[in-house]
Amino acid sequence: MSRKHECIAMLLAGGQGSRLGILTKNIAKPAVPYGGKYRIIDFPLSNCVNSGIYTVGVLTQYQPLELNDYIGNGQAWDLDRADGGVHILSPYQQIQGTEWYKGTANAIYQNINFIDRYNPEYVLILSGDHIYKMDYSKMLSYHKEKNADCTIAMLEVPWEEASRFGLMIVNDDGSISEFEEKPKNPRSNKASMGVYVFSWKKLRQYLLDDEANPSSSNDFGHDLIPAMHEAGERMFAYEFDGYWKDVGTIDSLWEANLDLLNPQVDLDLTDSSWKIYAKNPVTCPHYVADTAKVQNSMIAEGCEIEGEVDFSVLFANVNVEEGAIVKDSIIMPGSVIKSGAKVQYAIVAENVTVESGACVGKRPEDMENIEDWGVAVVGANVNVGSGACVEPKAMIGEDVKGAE
Amino acid sequence: MMRANNVLGLVFSNNFDNYLNELTSMRSMGSVPYGGRYRLIDFNLSVMVNSGMGKVGIITKSNYQSLMDHVGNGRAWDLSRKNGGLYILPPFNSANTGLYSGRIEAVAGVMNFLQHSDEEYVLMCDCNALYNFDLTKMFAYHEEKGADITIAYVNGETPEISELAILGVEENGKVNSVSRRLKDGVENYSINIVLMRKSLLERLINEATSLGFRSFTDDILKRNVEKLKIFGYEVTGFVKLLDSMQSYFEANMALLDKETRNALCRSNPVYTKVKDDVPAIYGLGSDVSNSLIADGCVIEGKVENSILFRGVHIGKDAVVKNCVLMQNSYIGDDVSLNCVVADKNVVIKPNKVLSGDEKFPVYIGKGIVI
Repeated sequence: MSRKHECIAMLLAGGQGSRLGILTKNIAKPAVPYGGKYRIIDFPLSNCVNSGIYTVGVLTQYQPLELNDYIGNGQAWDLDRADGGVHILSPYQQIQGTEWYKGTANAIYQNINFIDRYNPEYVLILSGDHIYKMDYSKMLSYHKEKNADCTIAMLEVPWEEASRFGLMIVNDDGSISEFEEKPKNPRSNKASMGVYVFSWKKLRQYLLDDEANPSSSNDFGHDLIPAMHEAGERMFAYEFDGYWKDVGTIDSLWEANLDLLNPQVDLDLTDSSWKIYAKNPVTCPHYVADTAKVQNSMIAEGCEIEGEVDFSVLFANVNVEEGAIVKDSIIMPGSVIKSGAKVQYAIVAENVTVESGACVGKRPEDMENIEDWGVAVVGANVNVGSGACVEPKAMIGEDVKGAE
Repeated sequence: MMRANNVLGLVFSNNFDNYLNELTSMRSMGSVPYGGRYRLIDFNLSVMVNSGMGKVGIITKSNYQSLMDHVGNGRAWDLSRKNGGLYILPPFNSANTGLYSGRIEAVAGVMNFLQHSDEEYVLMCDCNALYNFDLTKMFAYHEEKGADITIAYVNGETPEISELAILGVEENGKVNSVSRRLKDGVENYSINIVLMRKSLLERLINEATSLGFRSFTDDILKRNVEKLKIFGYEVTGFVKLLDSMQSYFEANMALLDKETRNALCRSNPVYTKVKDDVPAIYGLGSDVSNSLIADGCVIEGKVENSILFRGVHIGKDAVVKNCVLMQNSYIGDDVSLNCVVADKNVVIKPNKVLSGDEKFPVYIGKGIVI
């Protein structure tokens, strides 16, 4: 038994992120690189630490190798602790057999023993899919103030996008009167962020009930929260008004990266009072040669830039050779863009080589048919041969032969 | 085979402080910032750890607050360990002894630490040297030669450090003479990386102390050149001993050369304290060429032939040429700088113009606002 903790966090990191295609072939979505040196999971983990929550269970299932390795003992986030700290929770064998995590609620259900060890009053449920900076301690205070059983973080989204989200209709006192899951004609623009605070006693009971219900899909959004609502539990919405982005698609991942270059966007990673921690690469500062031209970009350590970089995010140890052009693109660690190659509107994953004269992606204004345009994606360790072309919207997982 | 984890490291963090007066007025040689993200001691510690050594004592003397802050518990170098790891050895003054002077007294002051270490060998080094080579080769050499003492040396133009030991080295590596540096010129000069059995070091230091000797070079190495088997181990890669502000400036600028950068910072990893800064951000008007830029920088002006440490801000239309700007320097809009070394947290207000010379860079002290 551990010392009693007021609040612990459970971070759902088992998602495949199938809409990210080749980028999540070998890694779980929370391990996808973001913002020049981070991975998506750095955001909820750093938010936890900054909010004073030092016990975090990370539930993994899909392709956990890289994620487990990345989190390690949690030292990068100061989560290597004698009391609490970060714990990787994978599905495990039990006496009645082995089960995968069937749904988000089932994943927590299978780890009731873990939570009970800390005997918390409250449990914070997070997902490893979003980029945002949030003080969970404020949400927890709100939960206590309202004497709530469940508090759901929500933010107002543009009306035209509202139908993509789980929506809530909220009373004046902040209590939730109705839920709508991705409705065609939304009556509200208050979307759930997938961040929940539960009073543990209540949640524990509902997890047991949910598991006992054979028709349940064991999901928070579909089953458990509606069940709580139906039973008349005290459910409140907590309003969040900062930057929040689901990076579940290629376009949104691309956008979220380039948002960092837009001073109008309310996501400041330089703020030392709310640092986002990450495992830092051991490499030298980046070098910009006299043949280089770098503007409006974010460049991580270890890069060697001899070519042109504009409106792009370059991760650690990327080489852009003389005469190469990188524009409106995301280049992940260790990739090499050789001389004369052109990378535009693209996401290039780790350790890719774009050989000289090759091109990846195109500018939308250069398209004959704008319908065919989209961000081009090159998967990890791929070689794009000399003179070859990766078309816009393409997603490449195998080496591309050079043009003869 | 000599196991690297059987070698104890002893790092002298203050030796030669006086050669970089300005930079060491508030810190020790070991914590002098270098190359955009490092402190000089990072090179010693990383080279030791990369070779497999697991226990290092850092002998401090004065101004060691910044050093302690930098190395912390040694985690960045994997030296936060149950067995061995990092030890900071501050001066231990008793009523009848003052602050130590010289290497012999310094080692005498940490005799307890030596006695309580299980390692069979000791490797000593200073913090005024920039190098990145594989120590295991030096260990193998020591064993192969059956040496009592092995000293790493460089054949080249001698730095202007009067305490420097000049070695006479025979063809087989045997050292047949040890003298002080007297003049400029190409010589075999010691870079003060010295390897020997711990028991031998203990004996030599005890003898020297009882005889009132002070100088390691004159009273231990020189006196024993006939009696002991002293060998020289030639280091041929990039090595630079810092002997002045000018050499400090040049050593930074040397990193703009790809080969030097690879040799010093990339061939083997150089660990340093983690700061969790954002990657550097280049604004719309930025124009950077031939420069080394660390994380956390925000660049909106022009930067040429310069080294920017973590968190440096370059304002709009500012022009920075041939400069070394340390952590969190803030260069305002329309500022013009040439050949300036700015220490940490310097602020240059808009429209100022400062210019030095490559042979005599302008130094701006820590936290000064201009």
